[in-house]
Amino acid sequence: MTEPEVTLDLAIEHGLNKEEYEKICKILGRRPNFTELGIFSVMWSEHCSYKNSIALLKTLPRSGGKLLVGAGEENAGLVDIGDGLAVAFKIESHNHPSAVEPYQGAATGVGGIMRDIFTMGARPIASLNSLRFGSLKDARTRYLFDGVVKGIGDYGNSFGVPTIAGEVYFDECYQGNPLINAMAVGIVKIGQSASATAEGEGNPVMIVGSSTGRDGIHGATFASVEISEESEAKRTSVQVGDPFTEKLLLEASLEIIREDLIVGIQDMGAAGISCSTSEMSAKGRSGMKIDLSKVPLRESGMSAYEIMLSESQERMLVVAKKGWEDRVKEIFEKWDLHCEIIGTVTTDGKLDIEYLGEKKAELPAYELVLGGGAPVYYRETAEPEYLFETRNYPLDKLPQPGNLSETFLKVFSSPNIVSKKWVYEQYDSMVRTNTVVGPGCDAAVIRIKGTKKALAVKTDCNGRYVYLNPKEGTKIAVAESARNVVCSGGVPLAITNCLNFGNPYKPEIYWQFSKAIEGMGEACRYFDTPVTGGNVSFYNESPDTSVYPTPVIGMVGLIEDYENIMTSYFKSEDDLIYLLGEDFEEIGGSEYLKVIHKVVAGEPPKIDLEKEKQLHEVVLGLISKKLINSAHDVSDGGIITALAECCVMNEAKPLGAEISVDVATREDFAFFSESQSRVIVSVSPEKKDEFDAFLLAKDFPVLQIGKVGGKSFHINDHRMNLLLLSNIYYNTISKLMDPQ
Amino acid sequence: MKLKFGVVVFPGSNCDHDSYHVLKHILDQETVYLWHKDTNLQNCDVIILPGGFSYGDYIRTGAVAKLSPIMNSVIDFANKGGVVFGICNGFQILTESGLLPGTLIKNKNLKFICKDIYITAVNDSSLLTKSLEKKTLMTPIAHGEGNYFTDDETLKSLQQNNQILFRYSSSKAEISDEYNPNGSIKNIAGIMNKSGNVFGMMPHPERSSDGLLGKTDGMQIFNSLLKNFIK
Repeated sequence: MTEPEVTLDLAIEHGLNKEEYEKICKILGRRPNFTELGIFSVMWSEHCSYKNSIALLKTLPRSGGKLLVGAGEENAGLVDIGDGLAVAFKIESHNHPSAVEPYQGAATGVGGIMRDIFTMGARPIASLNSLRFGSLKDARTRYLFDGVVKGIGDYGNSFGVPTIAGEVYFDECYQGNPLINAMAVGIVKIGQSASATAEGEGNPVMIVGSSTGRDGIHGATFASVEISEESEAKRTSVQVGDPFTEKLLLEASLEIIREDLIVGIQDMGAAGISCSTSEMSAKGRSGMKIDLSKVPLRESGMSAYEIMLSESQERMLVVAKKGWEDRVKEIFEKWDLHCEIIGTVTTDGKLDIEYLGEKKAELPAYELVLGGGAPVYYRETAEPEYLFETRNYPLDKLPQPGNLSETFLKVFSSPNIVSKKWVYEQYDSMVRTNTVVGPGCDAAVIRIKGTKKALAVKTDCNGRYVYLNPKEGTKIAVAESARNVVCSGGVPLAITNCLNFGNPYKPEIYWQFSKAIEGMGEACRYFDTPVTGGNVSFYNESPDTSVYPTPVIGMVGLIEDYENIMTSYFKSEDDLIYLLGEDFEEIGGSEYLKVIHKVVAGEPPKIDLEKEKQLHEVVLGLISKKLINSAHDVSDGGIITALAECCVMNEAKPLGAEISVDVATREDFAFFSESQSRVIVSVSPEKKDEFDAFLLAKDFPVLQIGKVGGKSFHINDHRMNLLLLSNIYYNTISKLMDPQ
Repeated sequence: MKLKFGVVVFPGSNCDHDSYHVLKHILDQETVYLWHKDTNLQNCDVIILPGGFSYGDYIRTGAVAKLSPIMNSVIDFANKGGVVFGICNGFQILTESGLLPGTLIKNKNLKFICKDIYITAVNDSSLLTKSLEKKTLMTPIAHGEGNYFTDDETLKSLQQNNQILFRYSSSKAEISDEYNPNGSIKNIAGIMNKSGNVFGMMPHPERSSDGLLGKTDGMQIFNSLLKNFIK
């Protein structure tokens, strides 16, 4: 087979620029051959190299707290949770594949993030996802939404890990470019985790799991450009998932790690063999001699270039301890999986790739990888012009709706507000019988068998806030995810992030990105929740739309004793309802403004991190002292929405409420304001005195606003039927998706 | 009475640990895993075929599992009167193997469904249901192919021989279409064979057998089995 001659034009076709191509020639002291160019192009793609983000990511708090493995050191971060256990967790995007092939795109997103967890030696215990689509009124959105949910469900259900939490937002800005972020959480005994490294001269390098095909070639590069009309033709860049094989791979991988047979293991995601061989070598300051003829293939006639770049799923690269390769093989055979020795570890730092007796590549591993020779860029920033308009929008001049009950029902019917039951009933949320609080509450809670501990997990981001003020909006995303975890009884431990932005070469986009990082760093330092790792997804733009900057936060919190698990909904008639925190009648960026006035403007609500932290202490204190029966944070849709949710969130037992809310300027503002750091709690009448005394001692703003009871939701002069609210809450999305 | 349970592990089983946990740690029974490539049932009194996606559900749910070595032994064991209990995918394997009549087809809405539902025991004499006294129980379902289907003749014989164990219902034991989550014929959620030693059900009693998870109704099914088992 003749290979194309490598020229600058070919390099540009591969997504490299002139400077990068020249740098490669300089590193090698010659022109790369075709296979080498392919390897460099994927390794230096945005997706693998983080070349436009890493400098800023390094400013985030990435150590401290109970972090055992910090961001970027391994496939996922690792946090000590006591009892000799650690939690591994990470979030990742699969936006571009899902935009063209929603089912496989989303499914392999789940598969990829699961591998990141079990390659650490951790058994995955929970799956989460954060999804954003265009308007549900649009047929293409419904197609994407349906396919993505089915893809996530089919993969996770078969793999046998419960999908327990997440979020779904709909907004026109995501029309051409949906955001599909998948998060996984796993547990490992401290001291039994695995590393993604290659060390020890002569140790065998093995490829295990599925065979290698032509699927997903250049997936990483595809993810590093904007979506265009040609994207549809790149469907072949989308990998195909096989959750059954992944389940076998999980069990086999955990067995070889548990038996201490290996030096290192890394999953093959983006850039397949290229990425795993170069990253493991670079980490271990070693090299590898690889014979691609040994790689089990599923298609004939594959070239070295194709084998190196294939993104076939459900594969791992393993560096075994010399002498133990037969035991490793035995374990993979037990699980009916391929396991082939394809090379050995060397000491010269080079990736030496041979195929059918011919040398195909000789590259210095370190120069290929992030943190090594991969480029690092600081891009130009410029404050976007739209902010001048949005900041100065005269919110006080908005017309006041005549009938607030009707207005509320419209806001409450927004697909962003209503229950995502249509989604989560397609996910197995209970398998492995650890799910204490399933989907539908503020955060989901999963117990850890054999201990008294549980984990509270949640993803969060209001992209509209970040669009209107990237720094404050991102602080809110961190604060809200922490608040959700706190409302479930968890102490926030650490975060993972999925940074979904547009094209970083546009100064306005890069300004949004840099401000978001600033805000995230500030909030994470304040709550002592370091960033354990995550993923950057740039180029989330299509010809017609550019997404809101959407830095999704995945938060994990620790509940030391499962007696202290809390849920969001009202429990009993006559319980007293209190609001913790204060309202400032802030409607900038609110759901109300968008749904009723069709306006996205203003400043997002203010966030006072000190006040937020106090709120966390107060709520956790109330939970551990058993003074409250429910806790629910006030967020999208304001206090009226939060209260209505408290009434209907337990679908089997809706409870009415009598509420009186203070109005400072306008009732619509008071009802729909999304002021931060607020939580609604309910208290048994007999605990009232103790509750009041506790709050007084904490000197935290609190207001009794009503009482649970009755058949309707009654707020100020507005009375709404409970069954109507419940019907809207649970059936809106299914009516849009499955009209009878 | 202490019994010995064997939980079969097929490639792709994922509720094996859940059954094991309930039997071993909550009900304190001797419990072992049985590997699909083995043929020795290790003198177990009861064989559990757990939920999950054996062999990835490829071809059809249960279609490949029925051909695995362990199933030869399980079929022999059942034919000799041994107690076999299939849950979810286990039920699908039992119908594929011919140990139970009928088949499980795609849910009526063509979607996977995971939620808490109610079933009512309509049989009060079987090993699994004797102690339930026709009670209504809350048990979760989690399946894509749980829509029980059979021809009229088989249905008639199921009814005549009192082989229907559970039917989907409301919390107040009303049995109607409204409370049928997946389209199963006659709201059938679980059945047994004619001899009363092979049982299959789509709902997951092992998921509602742990107080910490806030659901314990499923435990009553396991307790009935323990109480009424004759060694």
